[in-house]
Amino acid sequence: MTNALLIASRELRGFLRSPLAYVVIAIMLLVDGLLYYGFAIGGQARLSAEVLRDFFYFSSGTTMTTAILLSMRLFAEEKQTGTFVLLNTAPVRDGEIVAGKFLSAFALVGGFALLTIYMPLLIFIHGRVSVGHILVGYLGLLLLGAAATAIGTFGSVLVKSQPVAAVISAVILVVMLVLWMVARETDSPIREFLTGLSLHNLRFRPFMLGQLDLEHCVYYLAVAYFFLLATTKVLEARRWR
Amino acid sequence: MIEVQNLFKYYGERRAVGPLSFSIEKGEIVGLLGLNGAGKTTALRILACDLLPSSGSVVVDGIDVVDQPDEVRRRVGYLPDTPPLYGEMTVHEFLVFAARLRGLSRAEAVQRARDVARSTQIDQVARDPIASLSHGYRQRVGIAQALVHRPRLLLLDEPILGLDPVQIVEMRHLLRSLRGEYTIVLSSHILSEISETCDRILVIREGQIVASGTEAELSEKLLRGVRLECTFAGDLDKARATIESIAGVKAIAESTAMETGDDVHALRVEADQDVRAELVRKLVAQDIDVLALTRGERELESIFIRLAGDKPGAAHAQENTAPARSSDTAKEEGA
Repeated sequence: MTNALLIASRELRGFLRSPLAYVVIAIMLLVDGLLYYGFAIGGQARLSAEVLRDFFYFSSGTTMTTAILLSMRLFAEEKQTGTFVLLNTAPVRDGEIVAGKFLSAFALVGGFALLTIYMPLLIFIHGRVSVGHILVGYLGLLLLGAAATAIGTFGSVLVKSQPVAAVISAVILVVMLVLWMVARETDSPIREFLTGLSLHNLRFRPFMLGQLDLEHCVYYLAVAYFFLLATTKVLEARRWR
Repeated sequence: MIEVQNLFKYYGERRAVGPLSFSIEKGEIVGLLGLNGAGKTTALRILACDLLPSSGSVVVDGIDVVDQPDEVRRRVGYLPDTPPLYGEMTVHEFLVFAARLRGLSRAEAVQRARDVARSTQIDQVARDPIASLSHGYRQRVGIAQALVHRPRLLLLDEPILGLDPVQIVEMRHLLRSLRGEYTIVLSSHILSEISETCDRILVIREGQIVASGTEAELSEKLLRGVRLECTFAGDLDKARATIESIAGVKAIAESTAMETGDDVHALRVEADQDVRAELVRKLVAQDIDVLALTRGERELESIFIRLAGDKPGAAHAQENTAPARSSDTAKEEGA
């Protein structure tokens, strides 16, 4: 774990000393704010719980986008510049390398989510929503962000080009998002299976509404674990090539 | 320190290395010499546990690279052909990070980063971002990161690549200063550079060792003797006759004298063994002034072309050859 934290802190420092993280987070905050004021608040009078629900809906999109854009550099950049050999020839397990890189990107995704807090706070001050609803919504954002960051980490380990890594990750993410639509065209039990796998529809809605369900938490953690494990296996396989 | 037995490495269907067998003693400085694509980088990457072998046995300091790669990694410092440097970090930060990655505590890492910066003469740029450094300094930082955890084995892939003549001399001094403290394996495609720095040369071609030994041994085996250039002042015919009388001299030819003057001549001498001492004694005894006596300038190049050259059959002249090779061209993959 020490090695993972060491790698994470170096990665984080790398993020903070390059413009990518600032630009991505700034643009996503702007987009999130515009969606909030344009659609979540809307023109007509609405219940504050509905506004908060819509805020989390829009924020889930910006969180996933932020995760993909920040994680695309994790491995692709190192492979392009040749620095990955430093990690690959150090007495560090592949799993620790993957964990360190994931943690650094996830910390930034978490930072992004935290920076959106002013919007729920405005709803809390001016409307009537519970703290629990806000906390559960943010827990959902963080879990969804972790899953998306893990998908981005996996995309990054596959290729040397950052844009291509982002595209691969985005394709995986979109496929997982629209699985529920595919599920509608199928019969049971495939329908239930695909619906259960879908990243957003069934899984994230309860968090938007402030409902905490352990099953959905475990689902997001399992998705993150699966893609991090896949990333580790890709790294291991590379040594044999 | 290193025992490699029947090592093969394939990239897909293509053989990059193999069959490769050699051993290196503790404290030796050994040069891997070969043309681009000969398999040097792949061999070093396997020794550094960056790649795993397709088959064969590689043991470093008594530890198998497949069974206990992390134990091997603790004992090895590796500088790839492109130094793995994070441009946004300062030199000191980077060295501390590299040391901690190899298992040193924070306090130890800080101390070692300072020590190694001093020994590689980068302490004056220790607080500078790596991105701002010249190529020569980056190469030094690359060596410093390979040394920072006190490895027993240092693997340097083309350490003089891209350096200017002054930096090459500095790098040579740096490598010589490490002699005795570490076992060093360095690769290069420049024979003169390897022969300047290394105790022993392993010539690699199409993934196999085709010859090994010191420069003099290789010359003896391949060129069957030595070539000398002798510049002298005196009677040309008398000098020729005197040199011909020396046992072992095979051929004498007139060559262009490197300096001008009355009665100054130059002869190129081919002999079975080193006859320099006797040659000087006999010429002086005949009242011929020896102005210069050097090994043939083209000798190194001749050895290299004979061994590593890609002309078919070029390496067959040697005595110390590896088993017959396939016609596959083993090129290295940089991935």
